[in-house]
Amino acid sequence: MATLQLKSIVKEFGETSVIKGVDLDVNDREFVVFVGPSGCGKSTLLRIIAGLESASSGDILIDDKRINDIGPAERGLAMVFQSYALYPHMTVEDNMGFSLRLAGISKAERRDKVLAAAQILQLEELLDRKPKALSGGQRQRVAIGRAIVRNPSIFLFDEPLSNLDAALRVQMRIELARLHDELDATMIYVTHDQIEAMTMADKIVVLQKGEVEQVGSPMELYHHPRNRFVAGFIGSPTMNFMDVSYLRHNADGVTVTLPGGDVCQVPVDGTNLDTGAALELGIRPEHLNLDENGPLNGKIQVMERLGGATSLYIDMDRCLVTVIADGDIDQKVGDTVRFGFEPSRAHLFDAQQQALPSLRRHPLTAVTRQSNHAAVDPNGK
Amino acid sequence: MTNSTLRRFGIGLLAWAVAFVIFFPIFWMMLTGFKTEADAIADPSLIFPPTLDSYAEVQQRADYFKFALNSVIVSFGSTILALLIAIPSAYSMAFLPTKRTKGTLLWMLSTKMLPPVGVLVPIYLLFRDTGLLDTRTGLTIVYTLMNLPIVVWMLYTFFKDLPKDILEAGRMDGANTLQEVWHLLLPLTLPGIASTGLLSVILSWNEAFWSLNLTSSQAAPLTAYIASFSSPEGLFWAKLSAASTMAIAPILVFGWLTQKQMVRGLTFGAVK
Repeated sequence: MATLQLKSIVKEFGETSVIKGVDLDVNDREFVVFVGPSGCGKSTLLRIIAGLESASSGDILIDDKRINDIGPAERGLAMVFQSYALYPHMTVEDNMGFSLRLAGISKAERRDKVLAAAQILQLEELLDRKPKALSGGQRQRVAIGRAIVRNPSIFLFDEPLSNLDAALRVQMRIELARLHDELDATMIYVTHDQIEAMTMADKIVVLQKGEVEQVGSPMELYHHPRNRFVAGFIGSPTMNFMDVSYLRHNADGVTVTLPGGDVCQVPVDGTNLDTGAALELGIRPEHLNLDENGPLNGKIQVMERLGGATSLYIDMDRCLVTVIADGDIDQKVGDTVRFGFEPSRAHLFDAQQQALPSLRRHPLTAVTRQSNHAAVDPNGK
Repeated sequence: MTNSTLRRFGIGLLAWAVAFVIFFPIFWMMLTGFKTEADAIADPSLIFPPTLDSYAEVQQRADYFKFALNSVIVSFGSTILALLIAIPSAYSMAFLPTKRTKGTLLWMLSTKMLPPVGVLVPIYLLFRDTGLLDTRTGLTIVYTLMNLPIVVWMLYTFFKDLPKDILEAGRMDGANTLQEVWHLLLPLTLPGIASTGLLSVILSWNEAFWSLNLTSSQAAPLTAYIASFSSPEGLFWAKLSAASTMAIAPILVFGWLTQKQMVRGLTFGAVK
């Protein structure tokens, strides 16, 4: 039960400012993911919320109460660290019960609470072990258990899955999502992995160089990136960009000339464009398809057959384009192929790298992981 | 023999040779302690009729146990005192560093480069005026100050090796600084603290300059006891050796018993 508000948070280390005025609202029970390349300030922002760093200026509010000057423990938050940060000299049970011990809670009550958390995470068998006798995934669960025991108003996760191998990461991702539903808690999660962000978030906050680039639901960010950075960061493989030249615009969109010379009308708002403006067209690899009559062409440079799909890296003279094609295509490296796309799937970016606003909203932009959940189980939880 | 076994043999031989060179003087000293004075100055020989006469005479001339007690009190006392001062200092330097931390550390170490005799006169006068001459308190203070730079340095490196996350997790769990140190920092760096303490004990035990200059009879530790056997009347090798053997025996046994702890502490960061 908690909301969080950040108001013009700034963090400076000496001369360098790593957070340049961040405003953010986190709603109750929301799963918010901070995502961005390394050095974008996402971890610092999380540490400021946790109270491990102080903000140079700006306010942090939890349930509308300013908490800037309150110590980390009194904020009622719990944090799961990237390195897990388990206490190596304590057993799993002592690790999980440490906060309760410091709070002066009796041994019996402590045990009850630890057991309850251990049950949620299937850790009962491991309570007597020391961290070094645990696998990476188990350590991760203990770290989460330690957070659960504190019954925090907000959970903070600092890249919690980045030390796990790929298979375990997928499993923990699912487990975290399940935990979020089960605990009904507000969670803030930091990652550099956009897949984690897309799969777990109700709301994604894309950060770059200490500034918020865009805040929105995963589908919103995917279908309506506000600028070239967000467009390139969200989605995998990353979006293709190609220079196009502006021809004209009307109420149905902006018409541009593609690299091959063909003309294409993209349904975006071009009202503010000047004639001759430099534009960049962005199109996701999964939205490009091989098509004998397609407007684009190039030579296949590399092919990656994944079975279900094939990634084609196509050399188009001035740029390399990725295309996700069918798994069973019979083209070979060196072949020249033609391909095209649905204009409504394309994005246009102006010289300032800002996206031209789409004329049609994608119908799924309001969908979040939580609403997915509701769709499966109409009676709610 | 293959190349690698030959190599191993060579390295082993070298190690034994080095160990022998290091150990030989101690061995010879122990041997001499069991000789008569005449044997001691005769041609070096491994075969001689062993005798305990020197030990008996040494004990007659001066009470070994009084000196030993002083050594124990002063070296352990100064070590505990140094740790009490150094733990908070090293904590703040390792976890709350400022721009001047590195400089402070270097400055502390630089005091160890000063020859002690350079400050002998002022310290002697200070001790005389405050009545600390020939007291165990006085010697404890000097040893504490003498070892403090090394103790702080060692603790600083051990503390720095501790992942910061663990202390931050503790802070998130509600630990104040004292609880953080008591529940997390100290137990986790105990091997390091122990080896630092051991080193400090050994350095204090073996210290001779200050003990010879600041004590005479009441607070004199074992180093002064040995020195008293190289007297103006001449060198009595057998007695000197017997006294030396008795003086180093406790710390030798102590070092041997804590060897594992020492090695573990000194390689603490490396093997983690």
